[in-house]
Amino acid sequence: MTTDVHRLTVVTGQEGDEAARRRRRILSVLAHAALIGASILMLYPLLWLLAASFKPEAQIFSTGIWPSIEWSIDSYFRGWNGLRVSFLVFFTNSFIIAFLSVMGNLITCSMAAYAFARLRFRGRNFWFAMMLMTLMLPYHVVLIPQYVLFRELGWIDTFLPLVVPKFLAVDAFFIFLMVQFFRGIPRELDEAAMMDGCSPWRIYWKIMLPLSVPALVTTAIFTFIWTWDDFFAPLIYLNRMQNYTVMLGLRTFVDSTAQSDYGGLFAMSVLSIIPIFLFFLIFQRLLIEGIATTGMKR
Amino acid sequence: MTAPVESAAASSQHAAAAPSIWSRAWSNHAPGYSFLVPWFIGFFGLTIGPIIYSFYLSFTDFDLLTAPRWTGADNYVRMFTNDPRFAAAMRVTFFYVLFSVPLKLAFALSVALLLNRGMKGLPLYRALFYLPSLLGASVAIAILWRQIFAGNGIVNQFLTFIGVFGPNSLTGMTAPSWLSNPNYSLWTLIVLSIWQFGSPMIIFLAGLRQIPQDMYEAASLDGAGRWRQFWKITLPLLTPVVFFNLVIQTIDAFKSFTPAFIISAGSGGPINSTLFYTLYLYNEAFSFFRMGYASALAWFLLALIACFTAFSFLTSKYWVHYDD
Repeated sequence: MTTDVHRLTVVTGQEGDEAARRRRRILSVLAHAALIGASILMLYPLLWLLAASFKPEAQIFSTGIWPSIEWSIDSYFRGWNGLRVSFLVFFTNSFIIAFLSVMGNLITCSMAAYAFARLRFRGRNFWFAMMLMTLMLPYHVVLIPQYVLFRELGWIDTFLPLVVPKFLAVDAFFIFLMVQFFRGIPRELDEAAMMDGCSPWRIYWKIMLPLSVPALVTTAIFTFIWTWDDFFAPLIYLNRMQNYTVMLGLRTFVDSTAQSDYGGLFAMSVLSIIPIFLFFLIFQRLLIEGIATTGMKR
Repeated sequence: MTAPVESAAASSQHAAAAPSIWSRAWSNHAPGYSFLVPWFIGFFGLTIGPIIYSFYLSFTDFDLLTAPRWTGADNYVRMFTNDPRFAAAMRVTFFYVLFSVPLKLAFALSVALLLNRGMKGLPLYRALFYLPSLLGASVAIAILWRQIFAGNGIVNQFLTFIGVFGPNSLTGMTAPSWLSNPNYSLWTLIVLSIWQFGSPMIIFLAGLRQIPQDMYEAASLDGAGRWRQFWKITLPLLTPVVFFNLVIQTIDAFKSFTPAFIISAGSGGPINSTLFYTLYLYNEAFSFFRMGYASALAWFLLALIACFTAFSFLTSKYWVHYDD
């Protein structure tokens, strides 16, 4: 019976193939057309923002949905100094906070992950389960007590409430990510080192970390992007404009556009997403793999 | 697997000095705990302690300046009986979750299916569709959205250009102001959420790649068309991924804050139409300093998310298809 089926497809194959191939080609062209259309629609707002930031002030809205022929970078200069404090200060602050957050997460999350993935101690499974529970916890439940605590410590209007938690491994997500990665490293490596009398600290430092560069890079990139984008925590903890991050600077800019310097606002918006965009260009593959394998939300 | 090594290590210790129980316990457990020191401080100081304290605060009246005053369940009673803004926040948030999550996932799945047919240029398309998802949480994008849907924004200019609005147009209407009309303002935020379908799409793509190709071959030999194959093979085998995306995106939607804050300038307006739950919580806590009430709101949010998650897991056995 199987030979019958086989012969049947062979007989009808000749002209059937031709038609099927043509149909497949038409379908493929249609699919590409749909995808290209969708890409343009999706990216259009971003391109419009970029174009608007280079339009002369008078043409931003008069040229409508089209790019203007004239262009200028005046908006960037106006925007940069558009507030009482220069955007240079905001960018510096954002970089300091993001850099320290990345360091904190890299050091303390990898330490915790190493303990959970490799070391044996009483209560390990219990604490691991506790760590997983904190993954699901909405930040809002701890928000007010943390605010009260940091206020008592005199940390309001400093970077400390934004940075110190990262040095206490509160981003359980990255612990989980690194635990998964560490488990994939052959156990023979650290067991051999242990037999040779290597201490857990040396194993962590000389074996685990060098072998985990992809997980560390993923952690660093996502920590950077999330702290760079973070709006809620800086909004709550930073008061004086000298301490503002870029996101807070932008928000102040929106609120003060009574004088409506839209060009400046758009220019600063573009600048604020450039660091993330650069990460996207350079580490695109790593970001996409990170999402595909761990199911990060963005 | 590790047992032989462990016992070897243990016996070598015995031979060396026959250490006391205490020092052996120390050398066995201390390294593990020492690596966890930062995490323990964070866990107790910034997570468990605050959880307990905020539960206590939710039963008090607390303005940050004077000591918390115990009021029993008053905060919770007020939430459900005497707070129209809470009711508005619940309506807005549920509406947002109910529409943004399914639409976003439907988009993500359709594009993933299209891309999964061995399209040329897959990496490029995937990257382009992912970009909005990566940038979307930024304040800059919220500002852009405010501009897009403004009265003279590009949406209206485009709709006027193609003849939907304007004096000589199909409808003859002037273009509406999407943001200042409470009937539309929430929809602009839903569109913003759908625009970020990239990351669930990537997760769908990874899931689609796991489906064995020979199942489709067997099905088409049996005469099943593409439509039937989708409903009988693709979708059932993809349900674990659908489930995952659904839970993650829903929890995320409940917690959405920045776009509504920027677009409504922190007010949740017009007429509370974009008063997201977290925006209301923020205003109660940091504009009016009703910290006790805000703690009760936070606990109710936790309860909502926990109920949703538990409900999803309980119902999952009826619709999520796991191997074997």
